[in-house]
Amino acid sequence: MSDLNYDRQIDRSKMQIGSEVAIEISEMNKWYGTFHVLRDINLTVNSGERIVICGPSGSGKSTLIRCINRLEEHQAGRIVVDGTELTNDLKNIDKIRSEVGMCFQHFNLFPHLTILENCTLAPIWVRKTPKKEAIETAMHYLEKVKIPDQANKYPGQLSGGQQQRVAIARSLCMKPRIMLFDEPTSALDPEMIKEVLDTMIELAEEGMTMICVTHEMGFARQVANRVIFMDEGQIVEQNEPEEFFNNPKSERTKLFLSQILGH
Amino acid sequence: MTILTDPPKESFRLSMLIYDTRYRSLTFQAITAAVLALCIWYLGNNLIQNLRAAGLNIAFDFLGDPSGYDINQRLVEYDSQSTHARAALVGLLNTVLVAFLACVTATVFGVIAGVLRLSNNWLVSKLMAAYVEIFRNIPVLIWIIIIFTIMTAVLPGPRAFRGDDPASSMLFGSFAFTNRGIYTPMPWFESGFFASASLNWLVVLAGLVVSWIVSRRITAWATAKQEATGVRPKTMLPVLAVWLVPFLVLMLVMGLTWEIPALKGFNFQGGIKIGGPLIALWFALSIYTGAFIAENVRAGIQAISKGQTEAAAALGLRPRRVMNLVVLPQALRVIIPPLISQYLNITKNSSLAIAVGYADITATLGGITLNQTGRAIESVLLLMLFYLTASLLISFGMNLYNASVKLKER
Amino acid sequence: MSDQTSTSVAFVAKDTIPPSPPPGRETGIVKWLRENLFSNIPNSILTIVSLYVIFIVLKNTMPWIVNGVWTTSSLSQCREVLNGETGACFSVLTERWNQLLYGFKYPVDQYWRPNLALLLMIVAAAPVLFFDLPRKLLLFTAVYPFLAYWLIWGGSVYVPLIALLGFVAATVVFQTFGKGSFAIGFFGAIVAAFVVWMVGGALIPETASENALLSPVPSRDLGGFMLNLMLGATCVSLSLPIGIVLALGRQSDMPLIKWVCVIFIEFVRGVPLITLLFVASVMLSYFFPPESSVDLFLRVVIMITMFASAYIAEVIRGGLAALPKGQYEAADSIGLAYPQAMRLIILPQALKISIPGIVNVAVGLFKDTTLVSVISMFDLVGMIRGPILASTEWNGVYWELLGFAALLFFIVCYGISQYSQWLERRLATDHR
Repeated sequence: MSDLNYDRQIDRSKMQIGSEVAIEISEMNKWYGTFHVLRDINLTVNSGERIVICGPSGSGKSTLIRCINRLEEHQAGRIVVDGTELTNDLKNIDKIRSEVGMCFQHFNLFPHLTILENCTLAPIWVRKTPKKEAIETAMHYLEKVKIPDQANKYPGQLSGGQQQRVAIARSLCMKPRIMLFDEPTSALDPEMIKEVLDTMIELAEEGMTMICVTHEMGFARQVANRVIFMDEGQIVEQNEPEEFFNNPKSERTKLFLSQILGH
Repeated sequence: MTILTDPPKESFRLSMLIYDTRYRSLTFQAITAAVLALCIWYLGNNLIQNLRAAGLNIAFDFLGDPSGYDINQRLVEYDSQSTHARAALVGLLNTVLVAFLACVTATVFGVIAGVLRLSNNWLVSKLMAAYVEIFRNIPVLIWIIIIFTIMTAVLPGPRAFRGDDPASSMLFGSFAFTNRGIYTPMPWFESGFFASASLNWLVVLAGLVVSWIVSRRITAWATAKQEATGVRPKTMLPVLAVWLVPFLVLMLVMGLTWEIPALKGFNFQGGIKIGGPLIALWFALSIYTGAFIAENVRAGIQAISKGQTEAAAALGLRPRRVMNLVVLPQALRVIIPPLISQYLNITKNSSLAIAVGYADITATLGGITLNQTGRAIESVLLLMLFYLTASLLISFGMNLYNASVKLKER
Repeated sequence: MSDQTSTSVAFVAKDTIPPSPPPGRETGIVKWLRENLFSNIPNSILTIVSLYVIFIVLKNTMPWIVNGVWTTSSLSQCREVLNGETGACFSVLTERWNQLLYGFKYPVDQYWRPNLALLLMIVAAAPVLFFDLPRKLLLFTAVYPFLAYWLIWGGSVYVPLIALLGFVAATVVFQTFGKGSFAIGFFGAIVAAFVVWMVGGALIPETASENALLSPVPSRDLGGFMLNLMLGATCVSLSLPIGIVLALGRQSDMPLIKWVCVIFIEFVRGVPLITLLFVASVMLSYFFPPESSVDLFLRVVIMITMFASAYIAEVIRGGLAALPKGQYEAADSIGLAYPQAMRLIILPQALKISIPGIVNVAVGLFKDTTLVSVISMFDLVGMIRGPILASTEWNGVYWELLGFAALLFFIVCYGISQYSQWLERRLATDHR
């Protein structure tokens, strides 16, 4: 909700949008019972793109990104991630899940495992990486999110911001091609939001393909190359951030932006 | 820019049975069904072979044969010429009787002990803690046997009440505690409206129902008045009168008298006899389950945070209103579900009657009838059916309660 | 007010006030008594009533215990010694302690075997009950059941050894193949175990049990408190894995599996244990193959295990439901398959939450093992009600025997429930 401005310069040298398609969603529909949550979603994401999805609560933004790694099942239309179509085939689902990392609003770290164990779990059990190598990778990413010294603590002993950074590191340990963020800062205290956003910016600087559901408009303005506005299960408007914020086309977008940036 | 090719062809491959989320669950269920069917077939086949080898069959016509045994404690007509089905009915009613009595007294014990355990009197709360720990940690069967032993080995026989200078005397001249059971006075009506005693009691019951309805009306009137004027009229005296006056008048008109048990020959005659096994089972179940209920009550009251009481008090509510309007409604929501499962436990534990010879359904159908007829499978199946029905009824009641509480939450 | 504050709002404390003791009547034992026992009139009455109750109880039991006679050989001798005074006849305990603890048929010179088994059980249970102990001890826990079986029943050492080998083979197969595919590992393990059992069973020499190291003791010779402990420990440990499977099955979204589990759990929870024991004693043998004869102990273990696993399943279901949905989603999103997610993420947490509940079930079950006396097995209660009270020497010694039984059960059950409370306190602060 805050209109954060970052004091540091963002290094855009590696933030290049590739020509290959990372995610392609066409004519996707989803219902909860009789309630139509996602309506005719068409979205193509190229590799290296940084997309921010915003919209009022209940507009289906979370559901959309949860469909991309099959936490939710779509009922009509097609989703292709990294050349693999998301069907009922478990092998495809497993493949996509190991290619796509995800961060949740409530972190969802495993409280019974240490930070290090949280990070090495999936590489060991899903990627079948040798343990030593998995630990090295994990420490590398923990250094990257700037908490290597907490590796042997348990999630409950960390602050919210640290936990969310661990969650990001946990996803990165699987060396994903695409990262999904589901409101990663909504459950955080204001002073912790910045440390998480910084981590996400660094990720963007390295050219990661990212889709973020967030209300951090400052982040959207500075990092995203495309902002998507959703309402009532539909993509209402999408544009480059400058155009989106300065010159919104649709009435619903204007109303939303006035509410969120208004005061 | 699109990479979308044509959708993959939906041809069925065998590997889809395991890897396709649509068929995977069907596959697993098919395997389960097959294993289950195999088990049932195996067990059923063994059963048939064993029965054939023993020359038995499964039939329930033995229930129509005369039972040939007597039951002391009974609520309906029964003698040794009655059928096994009749004996089972006597047992069933006895189970219901002892379960009902024990539920009532266990609740009383449990609520008193649970509340006293939270008392700020150190001695009392420690005493109640000792009660709870001692009774919870010793098997109920041992308690039943201990209390039954007190009944039979400690209490005097009826002959101790005889003679000019008897060793024992009746409490208040009307209650006799003997090793055969407890004798209490029996109320009956001299000039009842009907010849049959039970019809007269129905009249009394009807009177009480009317009193209940009227008292509800009075409360509703008081609430309406409070809503209209803001002042709640005092209802205690009218309500008391509505309950007492009709009851007393009814008793007077119908001529209530007490039949006091008296020693005649070697035993007491008249009054109501509560057999030793019934007392042992009733008391042991109540005091044992009471310890568990005390813990539930304590947990329920403690679950209501101190903040609730303080908030209500800060609003200016009197302690009694704080209890009635804020604490109790919330505490009951926590207490009642475990309380009902304790009732379920009492019903199931009442089957221990067989250890002290109280003729409940386990002792009649699962004990004597089973041994006399050798119809093990049929008897045990009927027995389980009865307890299952009882449990399902009680859990149905609990679900209804839970649903009603849940609705109030929204 | 306002003009006053405008003149002198500023205030600075010049010196710190040292702490001083409260007024005299607010300290020491007087204060404690006033606050805890006599704070107001109803409270004082309650205190006096409580004191009176305690006095009555002590007055009636103390002389009985203090005057107790420990050295006679029958009740009539006790009465002679007491000479009309009140006093307990504890001689029955000194005389018959071995029957109360081991049953009346277990060979006296072999008592060291169950004693050793009990001692080792404490060692085996320790790493399960206390997380801080080295995990390597769990290896002994895994071997213990086979060792205990051999110690108590005796006979050929080959039987428990081959049973153990079967499980070892299964574990090895599962470790090797389970990482690739859970299903292959799982079914491979079952096959491996059966192969070992079949081959091993054929290899056991016919004469093995005749010249065995430990003389064989048949199940019907087991009794006393030992039988209660054995039934309790065996059935609780067997019912845990079954309970976990039932709880997971009840959560399943496959209707058939879900309903099979629901019906089993609700059926078992709906009937009293005694009816299940009736099944064990009179009905279950009809369901075994005609030529086989399964002994009563095993049949009772089967039924009590069924009973306990339904209750444990419900406790674990509560633990599963208490986990936030996010844990399932996070496990899914990093690509763990169902068996992996359960084993690595969900069950470790759910079981930890359920431990107090499981302990409660275990205590309840241990108390319920006394019910086997109803189907004429001679456990502690069965021994008291049967052989001992029926004997001519001790006919009429109720309180000493029942009190002893109550005390034994109280010590074990109270100990376990104290452990459970300690654990609850510890879990409440653990890592969260």
